[in-house]
Amino acid sequence: MGELVADKHVRYILSVEKKKDSFESVVMEHLRMNGAYWGLTALDIMGKLDTVDTNEVVSWIMSCQHESGGFGGNVGHDPHILYTLSAVQVLALFNKLDVVDVDKVTNYIVSLQNEDGSFSGDIWGEVDTRFSYIAICCVSILHRLDRINVEKAVKYIISCKNMDGGFGCTPGGESHAGQIFCCVGALAITGSLDLIDKDLLGWWLCERQVKSGGLNGRPEKLPDIMSGMLLMVGSF
Amino acid sequence: MHGRPRKPLKEEDESVLSAKAEKLRLLQSQFLANHQNRIYSKEALDLSAKLLENNPECYTAWNYRKLAVQHNLSQSDSDSVASLFDQELKLVENALRKNFKSYGAWHHRKWVLSKGHSSIDHEMRLLNGFQKADPRNFHAWNYRRLNILPFDKEKKNLPFERLVSFFFCFDITFRFVTDLMKRSDEDELKYTEEVIGENFSNYSAWHNRSAILSNLLKRKAEGFSHKEKVLQEEYEHVRNAIFTDPDDQSGWFYHLWLIDQTVKNGAPLLVSSWPSRGSTITLNGHGNNRLHGLSLLNSTLSGTTTLPIILYFNQAVEGINSSTVAVKSEILKEDLVWKPLSVNNSSTAQVWVVYLKLGNMELQLSKTYSIEITIGYSAGIVSSNGYHYGDPSQIAFELCVQTAHTEPVEGQYPKLTSWKDSDFQKIDHFEESNFVTSTDHHIPTTSNWCREAIDEEITNYQDLLSDCKIGKLTLARLLTALDSLSPEHDKRKKHTDEILKLYTELMKLDPTHSLYYKDEHSLVLLQQITSSEESLLPHCHYYKDATETNTSYVCLRLQNLSLSRMGSIKNLLWVQMLDLSHNELRSIEGLEAMQLLSCLNLSHNKLGSFTALGPLRSLKSLKVLNISHNELGSHSIDTRRYLCSSPLAHTEVFAWDRFEILCGSYSATKFWEAFLIFESLNLTDLNITGNAVADENFTSFIVKVLPTLKYLNDEEL
Repeated sequence: MGELVADKHVRYILSVEKKKDSFESVVMEHLRMNGAYWGLTALDIMGKLDTVDTNEVVSWIMSCQHESGGFGGNVGHDPHILYTLSAVQVLALFNKLDVVDVDKVTNYIVSLQNEDGSFSGDIWGEVDTRFSYIAICCVSILHRLDRINVEKAVKYIISCKNMDGGFGCTPGGESHAGQIFCCVGALAITGSLDLIDKDLLGWWLCERQVKSGGLNGRPEKLPDIMSGMLLMVGSF
Repeated sequence: MHGRPRKPLKEEDESVLSAKAEKLRLLQSQFLANHQNRIYSKEALDLSAKLLENNPECYTAWNYRKLAVQHNLSQSDSDSVASLFDQELKLVENALRKNFKSYGAWHHRKWVLSKGHSSIDHEMRLLNGFQKADPRNFHAWNYRRLNILPFDKEKKNLPFERLVSFFFCFDITFRFVTDLMKRSDEDELKYTEEVIGENFSNYSAWHNRSAILSNLLKRKAEGFSHKEKVLQEEYEHVRNAIFTDPDDQSGWFYHLWLIDQTVKNGAPLLVSSWPSRGSTITLNGHGNNRLHGLSLLNSTLSGTTTLPIILYFNQAVEGINSSTVAVKSEILKEDLVWKPLSVNNSSTAQVWVVYLKLGNMELQLSKTYSIEITIGYSAGIVSSNGYHYGDPSQIAFELCVQTAHTEPVEGQYPKLTSWKDSDFQKIDHFEESNFVTSTDHHIPTTSNWCREAIDEEITNYQDLLSDCKIGKLTLARLLTALDSLSPEHDKRKKHTDEILKLYTELMKLDPTHSLYYKDEHSLVLLQQITSSEESLLPHCHYYKDATETNTSYVCLRLQNLSLSRMGSIKNLLWVQMLDLSHNELRSIEGLEAMQLLSCLNLSHNKLGSFTALGPLRSLKSLKVLNISHNELGSHSIDTRRYLCSSPLAHTEVFAWDRFEILCGSYSATKFWEAFLIFESLNLTDLNITGNAVADENFTSFIVKVLPTLKYLNDEEL
């Protein structure tokens, strides 16, 4: 069994940060905030967060914040709940949550909760349980979980539970490992895991492992690493 | 993207890609400038269209398009409005061709249609293409399924009904479209049938089918008011799929759902209680008179100042309070507060408890008091699925005090509990002639068709089920379902041995899932042991203490049964002393209901974290605990962490101050879980040897957390 070549991974992550002109980088410019979260968290796990310039990162993040309190994926891009979470997560990673107006960000998240407890991604109204998780996770990091209507949020998530114990993006939506990760995560944070049929969902999740050992995201689909990661976390 | 191998780029490819990147970068920055300056000219719009066709994931551009539409709408006449929307729809189409899974594109389409614009032909062709390209595209399915309106007979025969393959229906907010294209649940059901007909391996279709059917059954729509008939047809349906390709998962998951729908009874039922109906509870008594045999009905408690009353339901319920559950007795002076017994601080639970504070009641010696409980006294008890508790049911029991409760004399310690075989004596008979299990509350009211349906499934699948793993598992599940439909103590109809054999075979056939099969095996085994007098008796023993008085604890001994999980707790509420040592328990979920438990042996199991001991926090009477020789501290990752209410869950009140004082200079991260479990217990006897965590530091910490402790690791403190 080999060992993780941590140095190579660190070098790769740092190089990606610098390579702003590659095609891959350009085409994903709008979600750089997400990329920052993934890259920096990986660096942190390997104990190498000090290889990046904290101030540079923090000022870039703050330049992505809008009047509404929400953050965009990169400079000039519109605010969205996805990038707001990533921004808060990265600031928390650097222990720099004090540079942001916590209540302002909270208000942005709170404004995105709908009557039925669901959350929209932004002012344009797309609803998805992913956003429920994002909202709950974000306000929880900011210690403001009580500012959203937790009971309704949980009720909405449960309404997305399916015949196989899994969760979809909206009520009636097919179970998907990614959605399950989000819903289980949200229910964990709000202390509502007893509302899940653990045995049924557990079985469905186990059945995602294919012969090769990899994990797929839904029945009869190909295995992929994203599903693998989401599944492992969801299974806890 | 799935299935694309990673290759290093060749030099010519590199430069091409570089140029491409430069072009896209230019496009994006020009777009951002337009967006920033709110420029919605034709030129600007064309630019954004070009961007989205190349990069449909650029979400800000979709926002920009919406803003542009809103801006240009105010300046257009009705003709150009139509073409304005057409333009948007065309753009989405082009973007979806680039990436048919783009969330941004699908949402933009919905948004456009919500503005009251639709082009049915367009939508038809679009969905046609996408569902053919990928029948599992859940975006397309969601699009179809969005809040289907009730069936409307008159509108049924509109011409577009013929284009039956690729319809969809919209949310109530999309009113304009829905007036045109009202599709019913029934039509959607037919659609799923067609899709399944084309390819059985369409999990998406089966899933949608289950969602639509649930809806139809719940509404009791015309033709769907008889659950039996519907389920019968579905069984036939899925049988075709399974027999055609037994390896495909879709049919099997749907089948599992059908079994669940067949067996489950919506309304919540009380399946067990302690005290049981007609029992007598003796306080501070002289103990079980061994000549009479063991009585499960009548219990003797000693040294207790609170009496728990436990209600055990067949599913999680909420709304248990002093108005829905009336408790009448001359000894009660105040309203009782019912608490849900859940490991999380949830307001719904399968088990509810109330504590009678005997100390406040001035009970006279040798007098018998009766207590009457009416469950469902008023409406309000509701299951988490929204079903209400039925007609009120009653439990009456008696309470008497044999001797006065005396505080233990200072210096007089309880003796060390020993779990050795020699300290136990088998009980040879029960006192009652009728075995009164707690389950006599629960009389299955299912009609015969349930049993027949399951029976038929077993027959149909017998041949198919023999070799493959999923076949054996389904058979085990079917047999378990069948058994659950007949009264628990009725041994004639039980297939327990067959089920146990199946799970044992499955552990060998499918080792990657062996832990799951082991859990199921444990549950069935415990069911078998606890459901009848003759199977339970061998496990019941008297615990002999040194003085050999008549007073003796009854201990339920369930060692060496390879149990990986606890179950049938509803039959075990009477237990005060329990030996679960030498098993394979990774969790003790369910144990929180055993409120009378005062001595518990969990040694030689596989408990891997303190959070796995979560249920113990509810056991107020627990005095003696043996968790020696487990795996506490052996695992760096605690997989049970989120199952136990913790400071991380935002629902827990954690005694931080006391923790900090006790923890002192030790590493808090190592001990907070142990603190969480032990700080609310009043143990007198604890054994933690043989666990990786139990070093000197930990040991001295735990002694501080438990001031009532007299014995640690079998030694007097």
